[in-house]
Amino acid sequence: MDKTVIGRLRKAPESFLSAADIGAIQRQGATARRGFLRASFQTAMAGASVMSVAPAVAQSVPAAAPSERASNAKFVSEPGDPAILNLPAHSKGLGQPVAALAYGMPSKYEKNLQRRESPGLTRVSAASVSFTPLQGMFGIITASGLHFERHHQGWWDIDPTQHRLMINGLVKQPMVFTMDELMRMTPVSRIHFIECGANSGMEWGNVAVPTVQYTHGMLSCCEYTGVPLIDVLQICGADLKKGRFILAEGADGSSMTRTIPAALIESGEVLLAYGQNGEMLRPENGYPLRLVVPGVQGVSWIKYLRRIEVGDQPYATKDETIHYVDMMPSGIHRQYTSIQECKSVITSPSGGQVLLDQGAHNITGLAWSGRGTVRRVDISVDGGRNWRAARLETPVLSKALTRFNLPWAWSGKPAILQSRAIDQTGYVQPTYTQLRAVRGTRSIYHNNAIQSWQVGESGEVINVQV
Amino acid sequence: MFRFSGALATIFLLASQATYAQTLTPYAGLGRAATAAELKAWDIDVRPDFKGLPAGQGSAARGQEIWESKCESCHGVFGESNHVFTPISGGVGKKDSKSGRVAELTVGGVRSTFMKLSQLATLWDYVNRAMPWNAPKSLSSDDVYAVVAYMMHLNEMVPLDFTLSDKNIAQMQQRLPNRNGMSTAHGLWAVNGKPDVKAKACMSDCVAAETQVKSSIPDFARNAHGNLTEQFRLVGGARGADTTQAAAASAQNARRLAVAAAASNTASNLGSNAAGNLDATGAGATATTGSSAAQFVAAQSLAEKKGCLSCHGVSNRLVGPALQEVAAKYKDRADALTHVAQRIALGGQGVWGAVPMPPQPQLSADDVASLSRWIMNSALPK
Repeated sequence: MDKTVIGRLRKAPESFLSAADIGAIQRQGATARRGFLRASFQTAMAGASVMSVAPAVAQSVPAAAPSERASNAKFVSEPGDPAILNLPAHSKGLGQPVAALAYGMPSKYEKNLQRRESPGLTRVSAASVSFTPLQGMFGIITASGLHFERHHQGWWDIDPTQHRLMINGLVKQPMVFTMDELMRMTPVSRIHFIECGANSGMEWGNVAVPTVQYTHGMLSCCEYTGVPLIDVLQICGADLKKGRFILAEGADGSSMTRTIPAALIESGEVLLAYGQNGEMLRPENGYPLRLVVPGVQGVSWIKYLRRIEVGDQPYATKDETIHYVDMMPSGIHRQYTSIQECKSVITSPSGGQVLLDQGAHNITGLAWSGRGTVRRVDISVDGGRNWRAARLETPVLSKALTRFNLPWAWSGKPAILQSRAIDQTGYVQPTYTQLRAVRGTRSIYHNNAIQSWQVGESGEVINVQV
Repeated sequence: MFRFSGALATIFLLASQATYAQTLTPYAGLGRAATAAELKAWDIDVRPDFKGLPAGQGSAARGQEIWESKCESCHGVFGESNHVFTPISGGVGKKDSKSGRVAELTVGGVRSTFMKLSQLATLWDYVNRAMPWNAPKSLSSDDVYAVVAYMMHLNEMVPLDFTLSDKNIAQMQQRLPNRNGMSTAHGLWAVNGKPDVKAKACMSDCVAAETQVKSSIPDFARNAHGNLTEQFRLVGGARGADTTQAAAASAQNARRLAVAAAASNTASNLGSNAAGNLDATGAGATATTGSSAAQFVAAQSLAEKKGCLSCHGVSNRLVGPALQEVAAKYKDRADALTHVAQRIALGGQGVWGAVPMPPQPQLSADDVASLSRWIMNSALPK
């Protein structure tokens, strides 16, 4: 509505509040605030009759509803913003020394952005998942401390000097490697996304969770450093003519196992990784060694990797037979579904947020494909009726998250935001209707449907399906 | 000068030969041969064709004994999993054993392990490598055969006096209810596989003008994931919705707090500011301070370390009751601390349902006492 006042001088009753008054409002809390404002307003109006009305600086767009405008915009009385005029302690004192924190931590103001569990999703926390707070992240790299977790039998912090990797099966020589030896080999560093096959799994039938952290937060993207598995297999004389499958096995209690097709390994993409975002892997992510299988669901990225076996048939492991199988409407389960197909999601504005104002906002989100690079991302603000291409930010990498942005001026009217990604193969991310037409609603895995966020007139954004 | 060049040339020649020799086998000397004992210790996987299966045997009756001592507390007497975990058994019958397809899967409802299981080898392998939950790889091969036989019995595949062995397991595979229930006819394994869902990228007038919302979270579940205010950043174009309130009030409140936060900027000192005000309702905020906070953290980490929190949430029920429920139940008893300590040490059954709490002989008396204190005091919300 009243966009003309952005950044302009503007009369408003709240302008007469001093810093002390504002402090008093703060102390009285949100419920008392409205009454206080009313009283202040009356005082201000009384004062206005004897002195000239002080113009105020409105620094933000007015609120959706006129009645709310008073409490939404930030008004500042003459001579200006106390945040500028009254120098804060950090401008007038001595700050903390170097290495006050030997390992740095995020600002205390960022503590709302944490990994969180979804209540009721799992029964015990040692075989559970915590979700990455995608709603507050920038770019494509996931901070290691916010990387989503999925443990099948609890996590461990394993002494790297005691960790071993064994290679056996269809090889000339079964061998054992120490971490020292693996780290003497020439590594590669590559940025890849990792997505749990069950990401968005709660939403197959209907909307179930409120925010992008829970709808899409089993998704992270890191720079991994490690040795291509193929190099180590060659040292052992692996017979990849006959051995078209490898089994990867973890050293933890569950000793997770998954089958990886040899073709992926021969491409050099599959890594024995020890590095994550410039440091060693985090214990929650498999320290000291994990398999990186770009484009493939996270369950195949075996953590605490202890053994690789080369074989001539798939292994039908527990998580290839009981879980991570895709149930089709016929009652048949699809086995060995592994590739994470092209998908995207708007991370802001997204469910659980309240937009502070109409006017300028940035629509931002993430797109990815297990089959290569993202070619294009389209945005709709009208529930999928009309679409516009977003800007893809660099780098755009194969099997990595790609960040997209699109400026948006919110009119204050209800809107439904969607993103739709297209990958290098030309595959188009489907709608829920298109996906369910083929796969039904009873699967848990590989839901890559277009996500919808509804912006209400109040500015509150909620998770919806259309 | 000339002499130097000659010498340099010689050095270059030697160096390049050396480099060449190294690139031929750059990784020579890395790794060593695995010993037979090492392979035996780690190569434990059992394939669908039963390659890797050790010789041995176990009866379903013997399996029942093991089940009742080591499996039942999580998986239930009959594999129904106490309504806590996904059931192991149920939903299958003799007819399925004949067809190899579980009829129940075409309907809806809960899917038990035996409804989905298509390979007996998979079950043997997983019990052997990962069970029991808190002591994986502690069962002997014969015990694993026995437990698998008992689960087969629970699912109407064999009588209780049946003995499963490496000799007859392949035969038993032919009775497995869902052995024909899997398909690999899809494009989701190979990188160049063919997608099954085909969408087109329409750009304008793609759907009806009035979009119909078919699903959203009901109002009563607004706060099911905790207060979303506490899950979003304190700056930016939006705030987290206050889901402790109805939608309209929440939106107003988010904006109000944002303004208040900006306005209080100057009034604030270190540690007392707008963010701090929001924090007072935050997930990270604890009502404890100073040394009692340290004790709280120590006791909580003890509870985590000793595995208490695997079965008990502080405020939510998992396998066992929430610790706050325990505290509330016993708070008026004079001997509450001793009573809870005894329960921790000796275990029990029946007070909170059928799932037994196992005794915890590994805990020292001090640990038991501080856990009991923590449960009765600090675990309670202030």
